[in-house]
Amino acid sequence: MTALFSLAWSSLLNRKGSVILTIVAVALSVALFLGVEKARSGAREGFENTISGTDLIVGAPTGTVNLLLYSVFRMGSATAEVSWPTYRQIAERPDVAWAVPIALGDSHRGYRVMGTTPDYFEHYKYGGGQPLEIADGAIFDDLFDAVIGADVARELGYEVGTPLILTHGIGAADLGSGHENRPFRVSGILKSTGTPVDRTVHVSLEAITAIHVGWETGAKNPLADSIPTEMIRSFDLTPRTVTAIFVGLERKGTILTTRRQINTNRGEPLMAIIPGEALRELWGVTSIAERALLAVSGFVIAVGLVSILTSILTSLNERRREMSILRATGARPGHIFSLLVLESGLIGFMGALIGIVIVHGLFAAIAPMLQARYGVAFGAGGPGLLDLYVLGAVTFASLVIGAVPAVTAMRRSLADGLSVRL
Amino acid sequence: MADPVIDIEGLRFAWKSGPQVLDIDAFRVEAGERVFLRGPSGSGKSTLLGLIAGVLQPQAGRINVLGEDMGKLPAARRDRLRADRMGVIFQMFNLVPYLSVTGNVLLPLRFSPARRKAAGNDPQAEARRLLARLGLQDESLLERRVSDLSVGQQQRVAAARALIGSPSLVIADEPTSALDADARDRFITLLSEEVERSGASLLFVSHDASLAGLFTRAADLTAMNKAGAPA
Repeated sequence: MTALFSLAWSSLLNRKGSVILTIVAVALSVALFLGVEKARSGAREGFENTISGTDLIVGAPTGTVNLLLYSVFRMGSATAEVSWPTYRQIAERPDVAWAVPIALGDSHRGYRVMGTTPDYFEHYKYGGGQPLEIADGAIFDDLFDAVIGADVARELGYEVGTPLILTHGIGAADLGSGHENRPFRVSGILKSTGTPVDRTVHVSLEAITAIHVGWETGAKNPLADSIPTEMIRSFDLTPRTVTAIFVGLERKGTILTTRRQINTNRGEPLMAIIPGEALRELWGVTSIAERALLAVSGFVIAVGLVSILTSILTSLNERRREMSILRATGARPGHIFSLLVLESGLIGFMGALIGIVIVHGLFAAIAPMLQARYGVAFGAGGPGLLDLYVLGAVTFASLVIGAVPAVTAMRRSLADGLSVRL
Repeated sequence: MADPVIDIEGLRFAWKSGPQVLDIDAFRVEAGERVFLRGPSGSGKSTLLGLIAGVLQPQAGRINVLGEDMGKLPAARRDRLRADRMGVIFQMFNLVPYLSVTGNVLLPLRFSPARRKAAGNDPQAEARRLLARLGLQDESLLERRVSDLSVGQQQRVAAARALIGSPSLVIADEPTSALDADARDRFITLLSEEVERSGASLLFVSHDASLAGLFTRAADLTAMNKAGAPA
């Protein structure tokens, strides 16, 4: 077999040009397939790593996926809010260990602003239960303090002490609709987490109330700016509503009961979701498109394999003489068969290997960009089991496909005997 | 005396649904003989060589090669016999284009453990020795692409390949028809010497009757083959 292997290798080297083109075709098809699959699983992993340790998320009734997206991933926006007394009710339930309210709706230069309590930094966990950590400064203390995510700090070049102005709404910075009369200051910068937290500006709930004094109608009252900041500090800044509540339970076992009780809450209508379950629902929605993409890229691999077949079949005519030389020097029909199957397998193997290298190189190169744009860390990591499967499957398939030209060549060499003249 | 290397009796062969190509009453090659078989093109000589080499099988008659009845031997055993004990030289385009000169010479050893064993501990050295014996001493030649060699050089590489691993029978099908007279005689002399040295038998087929004197015996396929009446 090793004798045939080196023979197959030399034969491929002899036809370098067309063989390399075929290998490239296979490599690109494999790269496409793996790229789709890695983007899919990377996105899932990134999303699933974003929140952990939070048992329930409570918000105003909306879609499960929608509540998850706006509360955790800062995508889309809430259609309704939860009143403060209702938040208190939930926080005081005996089965609730902690309840952290969040208020969304403002932004700073494209980054979402989230009002919350200092408890958030203690209870919000990501990845496998990692807590948020302060890289520099401290958690907000003053009313107009802000704690910014790692990306916000890096991309805007902010340090502890940098002043910032929030914008009402989540459009781009528009000074006309801003809270420019209520400047904040960076009190702390969080360590990078690879989650949307990195792209969030955190302020206290009271600060959200404070900057909206004079906005009670939904738009800015012309007189709002005439209220001095010092006067606002003396107001009761307890928020009237929050956007959502992150809830941790005393005991995990009560999660379904607690959720049902919140969902059927007699007062204000509420919705509680389990983050993992909501994610699964999201995957259910996206899986149709994912499957279609995978199927298409699977077919592209088939096209790559067919190109191996074409390349070997077209080479057979000019190799007729070679086959009868091999037969004359003692090659059995089985040797001829194995030689061509090996050539096909080698092309498939090298194509798949190069495809895997391309995908990993590409993902290593664009992962930071994806993280910056979507706030989701794509599972980096080296080659995994999937790559091994694809390598094995493509090699196997190309060996099988190689049987087609191999049988042709074997039959021909039997009929030709030693007497092919060119 | 040892068994004949080739022993043919009443051999008949026709390609599928074609006319009779070969009809030979008797033909023998004894061990150690170097036989010249004259046959113009179309006389069925390539078919005869195919039968002897075991890639074809006769419809009737008996053909014994190296003690084996080729008419009855299964294809795999015929292939094995050829791999282990025969060397074949063609008219031209003898070499595998993607192997080096030595790679071509060593080719039969890839398919036959028996030949590999017979070639000794250092097949590379054996290949170089054979090439040198056949007049290809130049070391720089050995790793060159075979397509860069002259036809005469290619034929000598083919001869070295046929001889490596001490086969019992060397079959040559018009190996000199592409060579000029000088190169032709030198090639036959060198080939004969090496065949003799290794104790093999040689069956040399050519249309050129003037070569007959260089062999121990000559035969005429046209005379022998009753089916070979030229159209």
